[in-house]
Amino acid sequence: MKNRLIVSGSPHIHKQESVPRIMWTVVLSTIPAGIAGVIIFGLNALWVTLVAVIAALLTETIFEIWTKNKITVLDGSAVITGILLAYNLPSNVPLWLPAVGAVFSIAIGKQVFGGLGQNIFNPALVGRVFLMASWPKYMTSFVRPFSYDAVTSATPLAALKEGKILEHISYLDLFLGKRGGCIGEVCILALLIGAAFLLYKGYISWHIPVTYVFTTAVFTYVFGAKQLFQGDWLFHILSGGLILGAFFMATDYVATPLTAKGQIIFGVGCGLLTAVIRLWGGYPEGASYAILMMNAATPFIDRYTKNRIYGTK
Amino acid sequence: MKNLIKEFTKGIIKENPTFVLVLGLCPTLAVSVSVANGIGMGIAATFVLLGSSLIVSLVRDFIPDKIRIPCYIVIIATFVTIAELCMKAYSPALDRSLGIYVPLIVVNCIVLGRAEAFACKNNLASAFWDGLGMGVGFTLALILISAIREFLGSGQILGHTLLKGFEPVFVFGMPSGALLVIGLLLGFFNLLKNRKI
Repeated sequence: MKNRLIVSGSPHIHKQESVPRIMWTVVLSTIPAGIAGVIIFGLNALWVTLVAVIAALLTETIFEIWTKNKITVLDGSAVITGILLAYNLPSNVPLWLPAVGAVFSIAIGKQVFGGLGQNIFNPALVGRVFLMASWPKYMTSFVRPFSYDAVTSATPLAALKEGKILEHISYLDLFLGKRGGCIGEVCILALLIGAAFLLYKGYISWHIPVTYVFTTAVFTYVFGAKQLFQGDWLFHILSGGLILGAFFMATDYVATPLTAKGQIIFGVGCGLLTAVIRLWGGYPEGASYAILMMNAATPFIDRYTKNRIYGTK
Repeated sequence: MKNLIKEFTKGIIKENPTFVLVLGLCPTLAVSVSVANGIGMGIAATFVLLGSSLIVSLVRDFIPDKIRIPCYIVIIATFVTIAELCMKAYSPALDRSLGIYVPLIVVNCIVLGRAEAFACKNNLASAFWDGLGMGVGFTLALILISAIREFLGSGQILGHTLLKGFEPVFVFGMPSGALLVIGLLLGFFNLLKNRKI
């Protein structure tokens, strides 16, 4: 009690939160999706994740020693970048791929801007897009779930894009993750468990994820089929990286708007871009590009959604 | 003489058109996919720079101030046309791979910049060495950028494979790779500059 009675300027009430604590909680919340990924795709998924995390930590350390900044490797932000990057990769990539991606994420996506809190884009997505542009052949071959060997299969979205009639995939299979895809994006159930935990702790707010998913659903429902209002919106929500992106990457503190109003604009923008890329764009999945584009728009959104200061007009 | 050497060397390091003045980025971004393109573009631009600097310096007292920019453009365009026709005649393959960027040397900021900022105020000898130095600096910068991009983007330098088993990083062959390389090099040269002081 005594040390809470300090004579000082405001603010007077502090919440016992810190960056490391929040970051490590986010790391914790991503673990269910990782376990699901390992169960679905085998131990390869674990190695890919570990390599990405270790490479991210090493890069952060080396960079911070080199630039003589405070060493903040243990605050968990590099760990979360590594994990999210790995969750965006197929499980059967060669192991140098997550390493290169993590180095790029941390070095170019984060540290050149000045480290945590300065980056304009989500570092994990920067790494993913870099890998996607550089080695598309590795990034677009996916392992069939539960086969544990290199039988490649298309993701449901890629099959849809090529105009193939989908093999029978039930919504339950999609929800539990029995489909081809990236390590961390397939099991919606595990992702939602992690997301619910973060929402309960108050570390993310509902504004971005809910508006994001809702906008994608509405848009794909209206325009997703040959006739209007016939689209399979549930399929679009449950496939691809939408849930992973909406709850874990579009809610990144640094590169997203500050106010609730801004966050809703951000979520709607992400949803529109994702749906447009999926339905009419060149790639089967657009969540990562949508989030990066809205990251770029964040300073602009922030400028026009400033909260009114109390007592002013 | 010492002054003239200084005019020549400043274009290579101290006032390098690409890394210090940050001029002429459009052709730099576009043609630096391979070293051969970089060298070709550098030589063409050097020729135009040299020619236009000389002529502008010679006629600087006769051009009325109000119409100096159109006059410079006409002079520059003359040399660009010479360069383009020569390239078409003697090295059609290079001409094809450089494409529209050869005629676009007309609006290259380095060429116009040197005419406006230097050649129209200095005598023939200084203008010559300044143009040559800027041209060489531009060529060296292009070679550096395109060597990095060609090596990373296709594993080759001038068409020769250097490393077996190296998986090319496609992104460096794309425009985004050009922006990345130039950005990092600019940062690197700023770092060197700050270290010295």
